[in-house]
Parts: sequence; structure tokens; C-alpha cells
Amino acid sequence: MSQRPLTRRAFLTRSAALGCSVAASPLLTPMTFAAAPGDNRLVVIILRGGMDGIGVVRPYGDPAYRALRGHHPMVSDTGPVDLDGFFAIHPALRPLMPLWHAGQLGFVHAVSTPYRDKRSHFDGQDLLEAGTPDLSQGLARDGWLNRMMTTMPGITARSAFAIGRDNMAILSGKTPVSNWSPDSDLQLSPQAMLLAEMVMAEDPLFSAALKEAYGLAGSDGDPVRSLASESEILAEMQQNMLAATRGGTETKIAEFAAQQLRGATRIASFSLNGWDTHSQQYKGLNKALGRLAQVILELKSGLGPVWDKTAVVAMTEFGRTVRLNGSNGTDHGTAGAMVMAGGAIRGGRVVTDWPGLEESALYKRRDLMPTRDVRAHAGWLMRELFGTSVRDLESTIFPGLEMGNNPRLVL
Amino acid sequence: MSFDPDLAEIRFGCGLSPVLAPAKSTKAILAALSGPDKMAARFPIESFETFQGRMLERARQSAIRRKDRGSPASRAATKAIRRLNQTARIDAAGWFGQTLMRRTWTENGLRERLAHFWGDHFTARGKTGVLRRATSPYIEDAIRPHLAGRFEELLIAAVKHPLFLHYLDQQNSVGPNSAVATRRKKNTGLNENLAREVLELHTLGVDGPYTQQDVRQLAELFTGLTFQIRTGFKFNKHFAEPGVKTVLGKEYGGGPARLRDIHAVLRDLARHPATARHLCWKLAVHFVSDTPTEALVVAMTRRYDESRGDLMQVYETLLNHPDAWIPAGNIKQPIDFVGSACRALAVAPELIAEFDERALQLNIIQPMGLMGQIWERPEGPDGWPEEDRQWVTPQGIAARLQWAVAVPQVLQPDLPDPRDFVRTALGARSSAATAFAAKAAESRADGIGLILASPAFQRQ
Repeated sequence: MSQRPLTRRAFLTRSAALGCSVAASPLLTPMTFAAAPGDNRLVVIILRGGMDGIGVVRPYGDPAYRALRGHHPMVSDTGPVDLDGFFAIHPALRPLMPLWHAGQLGFVHAVSTPYRDKRSHFDGQDLLEAGTPDLSQGLARDGWLNRMMTTMPGITARSAFAIGRDNMAILSGKTPVSNWSPDSDLQLSPQAMLLAEMVMAEDPLFSAALKEAYGLAGSDGDPVRSLASESEILAEMQQNMLAATRGGTETKIAEFAAQQLRGATRIASFSLNGWDTHSQQYKGLNKALGRLAQVILELKSGLGPVWDKTAVVAMTEFGRTVRLNGSNGTDHGTAGAMVMAGGAIRGGRVVTDWPGLEESALYKRRDLMPTRDVRAHAGWLMRELFGTSVRDLESTIFPGLEMGNNPRLVL
Repeated sequence: MSFDPDLAEIRFGCGLSPVLAPAKSTKAILAALSGPDKMAARFPIESFETFQGRMLERARQSAIRRKDRGSPASRAATKAIRRLNQTARIDAAGWFGQTLMRRTWTENGLRERLAHFWGDHFTARGKTGVLRRATSPYIEDAIRPHLAGRFEELLIAAVKHPLFLHYLDQQNSVGPNSAVATRRKKNTGLNENLAREVLELHTLGVDGPYTQQDVRQLAELFTGLTFQIRTGFKFNKHFAEPGVKTVLGKEYGGGPARLRDIHAVLRDLARHPATARHLCWKLAVHFVSDTPTEALVVAMTRRYDESRGDLMQVYETLLNHPDAWIPAGNIKQPIDFVGSACRALAVAPELIAEFDERALQLNIIQPMGLMGQIWERPEGPDGWPEEDRQWVTPQGIAARLQWAVAVPQVLQPDLPDPRDFVRTALGARSSAATAFAAKAAESRADGIGLILASPAFQRQ
């Protein structure tokens, strides 16, 4: 297109340049945006398995660090990369350094959910996605992103997408959301496509779902209409299933997420597995971080100009022990790190109230001490991206949370 | 409307079969249900008792691993644990195959459907290690033997089962004034999870007449319900909170801690009118419709109350009620969909027996995940959703359609003629559109797929 529409962001940049007060801009009053969910995008990635925050965002400037984790010189092209003279990132995140320099990559360190002591993945993830302070009310029935959406205006089923075949508890609940797994690749002969529509036409529920399925399955550039034989279609389906068990679907998920977020979707969530690094963690972390980096870069390239309105956060159920265990891995711990990326975030920094790694500063003498509830950061992000009220955040979205100071994570 | 053998097979059984004739009456269905469990004998699934051997070995290896981390013995133990986990995973896939075969070859489909229903009502899953594969063995031991008895027997069997206690965090719930708490002081405390779920999900229902105080008191009464890996369920008096507990206005305990008091409260909860209503409504929703008629639920509830929770009588009322025979039923859950497709295709047990874990994963278990049912991994203790809307999503329908077109050729090397298969799979419920699609499809695989994907087949 030769004439690009004036986006809200472009407008703001321009009005700021003209010296116009943003606060006074009539376009920013709640009235104007009351019927729409706004322009900003939020992607929440759940890192399942417990990401080792200390191994990812390494506090090499902490006097106790080297004794705990060893010395990794930052000289070669393959070593860790210095961030700010105190923290360095894991070499596998090196491809994201241009984002760091552009202020589009940041970290929050020494944070955790309110989950303590039992260190079970199952309960930890449940709590992370439920957003509740503990599990005394039993296991969760809905997720915090879904509860947040009940406070957003102009929501449709397309406003949020849970992507992938995992059940994203974080997005389940009363607000209708869309679900799609890019590995549910539908391939049918042209004749079967028509006949399926005809057969489903008997039942409106099926008919509507099929229509949408055709649209979504065909949107990845791999059309539903296929001239393959039935045995080829079978082989293709099995291949998709195999790919899903081996990983490698992340890129497709990121591509799909970007595609939806360019349109009507404002919120997307999916998970990345492989963080439970009990042994030989340099191998395991390399792989998992490589995938995370790839997903973030894929989102950036897929989102195009929308990247500037997007915040991506990657959260995990707990951090890991500060000491390596006997098999060069780490066991389940407490505080860890959150990864943020996107054009909408105020990156280029590690947000933390660093507690230190000497033994007396650790939680139960084994884990990084949580210095703040990670829900507060997620809360402030939503506050700034979607204007969610602090009252809603502290009562229904994250019950029992005290939001505290605004860490100003969004530009 | 009343009994129709085909519809009975579809709605209350595992679907139509080209080989096995439908039961001729409600009476015949119920008689078979109270008879011997032929499918459990023909397609065995490991009992939980046997499964405990795996847990024991895992615990033994864990102890070795912890003892001297980094040592050769510890590394060998790590490997052994990995092998144990792997074997359990492979065996669990095999049990899934057996579950499918039971559905394919049973002459009493209601039993399989009820095993799934009650297994879901009492959802339990392991959170760590080999225990993550224990769901089928748990259902085999705790649920399946009690399908046709009184609800209280089912309730007691589930609540005392190690997997259930583990899933709902009961085994470490310690009374604040118990012998253990006064000795140990730290890391002990009451866990309300099981008590809350028993009231909310398993008996009275979320709208039931209970308060937080009842939850608390029941949690205190439940202290002592625990298990040991070697011996299974154990009532540990040292965990038990002393004193009288009042649940729904009735007092329990007070003397020395006794398991009998826990049995008593479970029986009272099972016989409570709110439980009757909750369970009968849930059965009607599961088998008939998201919105069953009040008349049906009331009739079932009355029978439940009169018979003190005799499930056979409740099933009888359900099957004999005209409102249970409305034409368009629920959407099949993926397990019902895939199971009834296997039945319609008369998938041979020898063929499934030859499938390795990978084949089962690629062809059935993973596609079911895409349909929305990651096998034996429901999100929470409330189990799988019942609402049709939850299953008929774009990705769910795409996954069902793709599976129906692609996979039957693997399950049945000798695919039937679609024009015959319409009758086999749908009986009199075939529509003109489906019959036309069966004829017009370009290949057998497409024809079979379209029939299986048709709304008439996907509803039960």
C-alpha cells in the first residue's frame, strides 16, 4: 500500500513531536476507546518445567556466582554476553542482542509466583496460570488472562487465542477465546472438502466450526485443498504428529500467533517446554533458549509494524536451585527470571531488586530469594497495555496481590 | 419416545458394530452390567496393586540416586529411573489400546461408558515420576468394580485410593493437634483440598448446602487418610486431628481416631439429597443432553433417594425414561468418537496388539489431543467438560475430520464400501446428505471419513 493509515502510535509520536500533551489528547480519553479493546498486544509464553533464571540471566557480577556456577569468560563468540556489567545472558540468547540494544528486550529477575516449598511442576504451573495466591481453594478453574479479559471492552472470540495443543489454563474461563493448533493441519481432496461442508450443513454447530477450520487451516500458506492420495495424507498427518512430539512446532506457533495479532487478536498465549534441566543443563538450556529466541524473532518478523505495540512475556512456574547438582543440572527452586520482548516494552535493562547469592541471602539456603511477586509485573503490564484497573488486578485477576510500585515496563 | 436398540447402542453404549448385535432391551443391558466383566478379562489392564511394584522400584532407585550424587551408583540409578519411566509410558499406551479394544468388542457398552464417566467424576492423575501413568490402573481397581453397586461404595473406594489421595494432596494433611504435629512442629498442616473437592465435585455439588466451616471440619476428619508405596492405603492415626468434628450439622469422631468415622461421613454424604440431585443431573447431562429435562432428573433423583444410592436403579430409571430418548444427543467426547469409530470398523485386537507406542501415539493418542482430549490429562479435578460447545471448536472439528479421513485405513486394512458403512455406522440415523457423500466420495478413505465426521455419527 502506498498510503499507510495513521496508526495510533504514529499519531502519538507525531503529536509528541508537535509538543502536544499526550494526557490532553482527546483521542486518549477512555471514552474514545471504550468500545474497543485498544491497539496493544500481549503475548504470554508459559515456559513449562521451571526455567533456571540464574543460568539464563547470569549475575556474574555477584561475588558468589563463580563458586556456584563456574567461570564462563565472555570473550569468544560462543560465550555469554554481557548486559550491564553485572548480568550476562546465556549464549543461546545471543541472536536477541540487537533487540536488547534497541530497548526491545528486557528481563525481570529474582521474582516468583506465591508458590513455595513443595516445588511441584503441576501445582506450580497451576498457580502460575490461575494467578491465585495459593492452592488452598483447590485446583484452578480459570486463568488470569481470561479473568483480565472480562474487564476489557469490545471483546470478541477472536480477541484472544490459545495456541498449540496444550490446554492453556491461563486463558480458560468464562470469556470465550479462540483455540487453534497450527499442527492441526487439515488436508482434504477438493471433493471431500465440498462433501464435508454438505454433510456438516445439517448441524449449525458443526457447520460453523468447519467453516472456521477451513479458514484457519488454510491460513498457513498450506491450503486445505490437496491433491495428495489418501496414503500421502495419512503420512502427512503422522508427520505432523511426529513433529509435535519432537518439538519444532514453535516456529509455526509463532507464525500463527503473529498472523492473528496483526488482525483482531490482542492476546495470545502458548507454551514452550523443555526447561526442567535436572542434568547436563548446558545442553538442555541451549536447546530451550534457542527455541525461545527463535520464537521471539519469528514474532517480530511476523508482526511487522504491530511489533511496536506488542509486549511478549515469558514466565515460568519456578526458578531452580542456585547450586548445580551432582549431574550438572539444577533442581526445582523458587525465584527465577521473566523474559520480556517487544516494541512496546521499555527494555534494555534487568529489572530487579537483587537479593544476592551468598548462602544467608538464599531462600531456605538453596534457592534464589524471591524479591517480588511476578504477578505484579504481569499486572503492571496489563495496566499499561490495556488500562486494566488496579482494583480489578488486585481483587479478581490476581487475588491477594499488592501491585506496589510501577516498574514501568511499557513505553 | 422409548427404547430403540440402535440408539441405545449409540447413546448408552459404544456405538454400532458390524459384528455385534445391539442389546434387545433395557433389561438385557442392565443384566449384562450386573454380570461378569468380560472385557476386563479379555483385554486386561494392569491393576494398581501391580503398578505399586513400579512405584516401589522407583523409590528404591531414587534413594540410591540421592545417596551419593555423581557417583557411578547414582548415575546408574538415574538411568534406571529413566527406564522405569519409559516402560511405564510404553505400557500406559498399551492400556489405552486395551481401552479401545474393550469399546470395540464389548457386548455391554454401558459398562465401558460408565467406567469412563465415573473415572472422570473421580478424576485423579499422578503428578510425578511413574505415578503419572497410573490413571488406568487406578480406574481398574477403584472405579470399575463398583459401577453397579451403591454410590457410597464407589465414593469410599475412590477416596481411599493412593492415586486419589496423592492427586488431591491428602496424604500429607496433618491435624494441627495430631500426634505428629505436636512432635514434628514444622512442615505439617492441614490440607483442605480433598475435603473441598469431595463436597464440591464428588458429592453435594458446588451449589450444595455446605460452608467453609464444613470444609474445614471435613478436612480435619479426613486427616490420617494416607498411603504407603509398599502396602497401599493406610489410615495413620498419628496424623489424625483429635476431637469431635461437625459436618453438615452431624458430629463425627471424638474418641480415638478411627477410619470408621470417615466411612460414616462418606456414607452420609453419599446419601444426602443434594448428592442425589447432583449425580443424577450429571449422569443425565453426560448421557443425554447438556440440558436434560427436569422430569428426567427428578425421576432419577427420586429413585436414588429411595434406593439409598443404588446405581443400578438409577441407571434403570434413566434408560426407561422417555426423555432419555430425544433424537439429537450430545457430541461424543474424543474417546467416544475414536472408540465408536474403531467399533464401526471392527478393528482387530491382533492389529492393535501389534501397534507399538509410537503407532498408538501417532495414529490415535495425539490426534485425540488435537481434538481436545489429551488422554488421562484433564486440566483439573473437575475432569472433562460436558458442554458440546467445548468440543466443537474449529481445531477440534478439523482434527476429527482429518483423523476420520486419514487413519481408518491403518486400523482396518480392508476398508468397507462406504455405501455399506453408512448403514453399519449410523443405522437408521443416516441422513440423505451423508448417504450422498458416501456415494460421491472419490475414495473409500474419503467416504469412510465423511461418514465418521458427519454430525449424525459425532452425536450420541
